[in-house]
Amino acid sequence: MDPSRKRTIRFVVALSAAVLLAGALAYTSFSASTEARQPSELAAAQPTPGKKYQLVGKVVPGYTQKGDTTYFSVRDRNGKASVPVTYSGSLPDPFRADREIVVDVVKQGNVYVGQKGSLVTKCPSKFTADKTNT
Amino acid sequence: MIELALILLVVAAAVYLVTAPLRTDGRAEDEQLEAELAELEAAKEAKYREIRDAELDFKTGKLSDHDWRTLDRTLRGEAVDLLKRLDAVEERVEPLP
Amino acid sequence: MLLAGQACLIVAFCCALYGIAASLYGAKAHRREFVASGRRAMYALAGATTIAFVTLELAFVRSDFDFATVASHSSTTTPLFYRLTAMWSSQEGSLLLWLFLLGGWSTLILYLTRHRLRVLAPYAQAVLLGFGAFFSGLLVFAETPFAKSPMPVAEGAGLNPLLRDPGMMIHPPMLYSGYTLFAIPFAFAVAALITRRLDAEWIRSTRPFTLAAWCALGFGIVLGARWSYHELDWGGYWMWDPVENASLMPWLTATAFLHSVMIQERRGMLRIWNVSLVLATGVLAILGTFLVRSGVLNSIHAFGASTLGVPFLLLIAAMIGGSIALVASRADSLRSENRIDSLLSREAIFLLNNLLLVALCFVVFWGTFFPLIAEAVTGVQRNIGPPVYEQFVVPLALLLVLATGIGPVIAWRRATASNLKRNLTKPALAGLAVCAVLIALGVTQSFTALLMFTLAAFVVAGVVQELFRGVRARRATSRESAPVALVSLVRRNRRRYGGYIVHVGIVTLFVGVAASSSFKHVQDVALRPGQSAKVGDYTFTYVKPTAQLHPAANGRLERIAFGAQLRVERNGKKTLLNTSKDYFPSQDGSLGPVSRFFDGETTTEVALKASLHNDVWAAVAPDIVKLRDRIEEGDKLFDKAADDLTPEQSEEFLALALRGLTGRYAENPPPARFRLEVNPMVTWIWLGGLIVLIGGIIAGWPSRRGATRTVKARYAARVGTEVRERVPV
Repeated sequence: MDPSRKRTIRFVVALSAAVLLAGALAYTSFSASTEARQPSELAAAQPTPGKKYQLVGKVVPGYTQKGDTTYFSVRDRNGKASVPVTYSGSLPDPFRADREIVVDVVKQGNVYVGQKGSLVTKCPSKFTADKTNT
Repeated sequence: MIELALILLVVAAAVYLVTAPLRTDGRAEDEQLEAELAELEAAKEAKYREIRDAELDFKTGKLSDHDWRTLDRTLRGEAVDLLKRLDAVEERVEPLP
Repeated sequence: MLLAGQACLIVAFCCALYGIAASLYGAKAHRREFVASGRRAMYALAGATTIAFVTLELAFVRSDFDFATVASHSSTTTPLFYRLTAMWSSQEGSLLLWLFLLGGWSTLILYLTRHRLRVLAPYAQAVLLGFGAFFSGLLVFAETPFAKSPMPVAEGAGLNPLLRDPGMMIHPPMLYSGYTLFAIPFAFAVAALITRRLDAEWIRSTRPFTLAAWCALGFGIVLGARWSYHELDWGGYWMWDPVENASLMPWLTATAFLHSVMIQERRGMLRIWNVSLVLATGVLAILGTFLVRSGVLNSIHAFGASTLGVPFLLLIAAMIGGSIALVASRADSLRSENRIDSLLSREAIFLLNNLLLVALCFVVFWGTFFPLIAEAVTGVQRNIGPPVYEQFVVPLALLLVLATGIGPVIAWRRATASNLKRNLTKPALAGLAVCAVLIALGVTQSFTALLMFTLAAFVVAGVVQELFRGVRARRATSRESAPVALVSLVRRNRRRYGGYIVHVGIVTLFVGVAASSSFKHVQDVALRPGQSAKVGDYTFTYVKPTAQLHPAANGRLERIAFGAQLRVERNGKKTLLNTSKDYFPSQDGSLGPVSRFFDGETTTEVALKASLHNDVWAAVAPDIVKLRDRIEEGDKLFDKAADDLTPEQSEEFLALALRGLTGRYAENPPPARFRLEVNPMVTWIWLGGLIVLIGGIIAGWPSRRGATRTVKARYAARVGTEVRERVPV
């Protein structure tokens, strides 16, 4: 076979593989991804019951724990709107009021149930928020 | 006071260091010729490495005797070309300081 | 010393700006003295930055809370080791570390090449000084580490307990060394494109720095994975976090470059591809730095939203735009006449390897930026989890391992089918034998893991075959003993055999990943003392609670630890492990003296017993809810007695109260929650990383250049003599 024809065939095969990979990646990503929502967005819209969302926001002070279940609210990063969340399982060490967290939730009734193992607290760059030091 | 002295020292040292080459007499060099020489030296080393790798490939069974000899001949021919070009350039280059 | 530190950064910034101008002027006007002056500007930048770095480190060591950075990231109770590392836990301190390493590495490289690369050096210098100007500019105008504390404080906030790990001393410096070292091949690639000199000399100078950066970054990534593994809630050794991904991407493209550059060296092919890989690697290295600081993506690592996102974005845009413009404008002069002769050749396998690595990088890139891509397409941010990554990464990794096994045993230019069969048969049989044994042992739960083990055996057998044949060939001429011949063989062919060792390291690492992710056992369970839980083949028994007060070196209380002692049994063998949760006091003055210890930061000390076979891992979450009443009672008592106690008496009573609390917990502990894990072969990951590092060092170790005397002889004889003078087998 003519060498330039061989090269063309190889190029077409490689390009097709690349397009296939990109297509599969795009399709899988969109179909298997979770929507990221802020509390105000969840509170305002009617979330589909049973559908998983990735909730991003700050922990409202005053959360409680009973056994291995924690009851807390999450508010917008820059706002007051909040939603209640229950989470079963151990909390990450940095979990604290006013810390930013990411958690996968599913709406059940009036509460958002956090999926076990999905709660991540962002590592704070400063140890304390804005309190004075003594 | 110490802090101010340190700052002045750092600034003075930086200025001295940076301006040193500007205070000596420069001499014109043919950078292009030097670059060509360096390029050919690097190409020669790479070619020698290729020759040795081909020999090692033969000794470790990746190349047949016939294939190795053909390849070796080709590579050595390319190396000879490089040496000729290197000699031609070296004749034109001044010795480096 | 605040003013001195800031002045040093200003000097560094000015030197960078001057150096850029001097280097470019010197290049254009052929005035070598200006080029030399520009190079010295880099030395001056490095020197000034070093003084600034040392000044800040000393401030941390002395706990000088006049420095706002020190006050917010360190304390007198932070151990000295962690005070030294606390600098780079802050945004501004980590930027200073970046500049320090950039200045240091750039100075070293420019000094070593001061008599060479005279055409490239001025432009490379200018690019490196450009990076220097950027980072020093950020430090001078945006995030200075030499800001004064707004008010005097007696005690700092302390280092985040999550960062109090030995990994903190080496993981960030290693990663940043990798990133800053990648700036060097980037700079030389830009210079080579500007001057249209992308040939052997460019390769000879670029390859060693790329290899050094690759080793440093790779080692930094493995260290980070190890650190993450023994921290609770960091998702194990890898969780496809954006910042983790950002460190992996330049490493993947650099790996591709280190292979494909060999094709350019031999055949003069793939120049555009190679220079694009180097440029992409430099861009991706800066992208990683951007992701940590911009807050644009949700990451457990990120410093959070800051004002640095925009400058970084502008820098990245300039790098990408400039790179594309340069490659496009030089494309015609970069094209090669040569082509790959045959698909049965090492060139073809390296090209396949490159395509797979770039595909892997693309998958990681897509997954990392998918939230932004989805937002751009649908208006809503969406996130993908590890299963999506793994769906693509696993098959690509398997193909990569297959290529890794074929590459070493196939010849350059053109291999014959019969030769290939001869060289592949034994490794293939070894792989199949391992597969058969594993199936017979019942290791069939995961097909992909089984395939990985088979391919890994194939790769290792191929390397062993290569070493065996090489030693045999050497002994045929040298009569050395086998061990001596092996050492000589590796010493004289460092690139080749160093590369093979890297391959062995990579497959060892992949085997560890495959085993630990496919055959892991995990249980979350609540236990009282005396109760047990079975995880895999192991029985974990909660022996007794532990409770301790840990003082700092200055006598003050650093933390309280509540934990558990566990007994782990398997086949009659027993081991005792200890895990605890450490409570660090908050600096919030509104909290009571006792409760501030339980409303501050916490960190979990994981119990870990590692072996080649299995890692046994346990983390405790003690229930201190029942202690809350006593804690509040303690606060009230202190409140009442505050006016009557001297500071010394206060400290004494506090210590008594806390000892009482720990004693109460130890005597009557409520059930504690445990996460218990049995992770097979995780140690292989760390071993694999170490082997990769060793292989990389061997491959990159400079060989003694042969004598440069001119042999006056006929050319063919000269070639023969000079080839033998280098490193014959």
